Amino acid sequence: MYVALLVLKNALRHKLRTILTVVGIVVAITAFGLLRTIVDAWYAGANASSSARLVTRNAVSLVFSMPLTYAQKIRQVPGVASVALANWFGGVYISERNFFPQFAISAPSYLEMYPEYMLSPEERKAFLTDRTGAIAGRKLAELYGWKIGDQIPLRGTIFPGTWTFTLRGIYDGADKGTDQSTFFFHWDYLNETIKKQFPRRGDQTGVFVVQLKDPQQAAEVSEAIDATFKNSLAETLTETEKAFQLGFVAMTEAILLAIQAVSFVVIVIIMAVMANTMAMTARERYGEYATLKALGFGNGFVALMIFGESLAIALVGGAAGIALTFPLARGFADAMGSLFPIFFVSEDTLLMQFAAAILIGVVAACIPAWKAARVRIVDGLRAVA
Amino acid sequence: MSDAISESRVDAAIDSVQPLVAIRSLSKYYTRGDQIIPVLLDIDLDVFPGDFVALMGPSGSGKSTLLNLIAGIDKPSSGELRIGGVDIVLLADVDLAAWRAANVGFIFQFYNLMPVLTAYQNIELPLMLTSLSRTERRERVEMALALVGLTDRQDHYPNELSGGQEQRVAIARALITDPLLIVADEPTGDLDRVTAAEILGLLDRLNRELGKTIIMVTHDPKAAEAAHRMIHLEKGVLVH
Repeated sequence: MYVALLVLKNALRHKLRTILTVVGIVVAITAFGLLRTIVDAWYAGANASSSARLVTRNAVSLVFSMPLTYAQKIRQVPGVASVALANWFGGVYISERNFFPQFAISAPSYLEMYPEYMLSPEERKAFLTDRTGAIAGRKLAELYGWKIGDQIPLRGTIFPGTWTFTLRGIYDGADKGTDQSTFFFHWDYLNETIKKQFPRRGDQTGVFVVQLKDPQQAAEVSEAIDATFKNSLAETLTETEKAFQLGFVAMTEAILLAIQAVSFVVIVIIMAVMANTMAMTARERYGEYATLKALGFGNGFVALMIFGESLAIALVGGAAGIALTFPLARGFADAMGSLFPIFFVSEDTLLMQFAAAILIGVVAACIPAWKAARVRIVDGLRAVA
Repeated sequence: MSDAISESRVDAAIDSVQPLVAIRSLSKYYTRGDQIIPVLLDIDLDVFPGDFVALMGPSGSGKSTLLNLIAGIDKPSSGELRIGGVDIVLLADVDLAAWRAANVGFIFQFYNLMPVLTAYQNIELPLMLTSLSRTERRERVEMALALVGLTDRQDHYPNELSGGQEQRVAIARALITDPLLIVADEPTGDLDRVTAAEILGLLDRLNRELGKTIIMVTHDPKAAEAAHRMIHLEKGVLVH
């Protein structure tokens, strides 16, 4: 109790110094949390993917499509429960800045495979029965103020023309890790329309999504599917949905590594700043530490006071930094629009922020506490004179 | 070890004919590179319970070093230093800290109060190392505050007190654990003459009324007159 009193009073002794140090820690912990959240957002798609689903794409590149006829052959591969089609659309909504993912899907089978996209039975029925219907995630609909029944025009970039869809449903995510920023419409509509304009591009799809009967068989089924199309005009590459998503992450790995490095560098910098503060503080108080030791208090007590003060400052800054991360992350997510479909401060990030605050407090106090504990009483008392 | 220290206190209090402080062949050297600098040379000294001793001498004579050794905040290079029957030279650092807490009250030239603690809390500070309850601590602190005449200033911080008042708080802090020995290093060195006289009067009362053994370092002959016995040091040697 007495130590706590001394720690508290000492921490508030140089208010400006303490406030500036706390502000520094707040900035560092907030920046750390925000950068970690950005990294998490990058991996969110992979983390949200199911181990019971495979993705089959053209072995040459995702840019190249595959014939629709593959669907039937894939369905016959042992271990496959069902197959759905998905095609990246890449349309522009009003302006290029309004980016969000759009997929043409074989709606009944696709929605069956993705129970995490939660639609009311009425909306599902309305979507399935409307050829030009579409559904959008809750976040996406809120971002653009869409309501059920709205007409949503998309200017095609891969598939020319203006495509107008009627919003028939707004889906929610089963959990906060589910993407709610995607726009889905019927693959049949895309295929029929494109066949009229460019017959050679008809009956093609970008990827097949494969539902497994048993997730343990992912490797065998993947091999079997790819073997089926070996030496064909469009050889396939089948991988788990997670591996497929991580493939996209890998394209930007250098940026991710840089962000991760910066997040740790921020902590190291504030650690050095805090250590400097604590070193100054301890140096100023050598006389007091010597007096305490003369009165019979041990080296451990002196070290405890320094560690206590350092930890108190770091934890106050850390707590404020953690609290500030939430509104900042929200603001960042809003500013980014639907660029990061899944963007939330995870529990792991909070734990890392808390651990970083403790680490800052402990590391910053180590050398000052060690020096103060070692200072000879007579030398410390001389500092008072 | 703490029990041994407590027992030795009792023994010392009972046996008043034995010296409270017994110093034999005590020497202290500092080394600077290859150079050995002698500070105290072969000191023999006895201080008896109830003594009020003034250690005098010019700057660099070793009087503060001798006081530091007696107070157990510095270690001699050689010799024997028994206080209350305990050879404190042999004590480990941890035991020496416990011994100081129980047996020595410190009064410093610049008071050395904790600036973040009130007068009350400063006086209470050494009691945090005891097992006394909060009520017992309060009773003791209030008595000490009354003794030094600062009851009405108990909630004041050191920077809200005059030099004389700060030194009285320091004296109360030195007394609070009822130590065997009070060591004072230039207790009036930072005070004006009138305030210095008040502080010396207070030390005299502690010695006469409470029977406290006091060893005071001073270079001021006027201050030394308050003591019953003067010891002079010159170049690390006792001259009489």
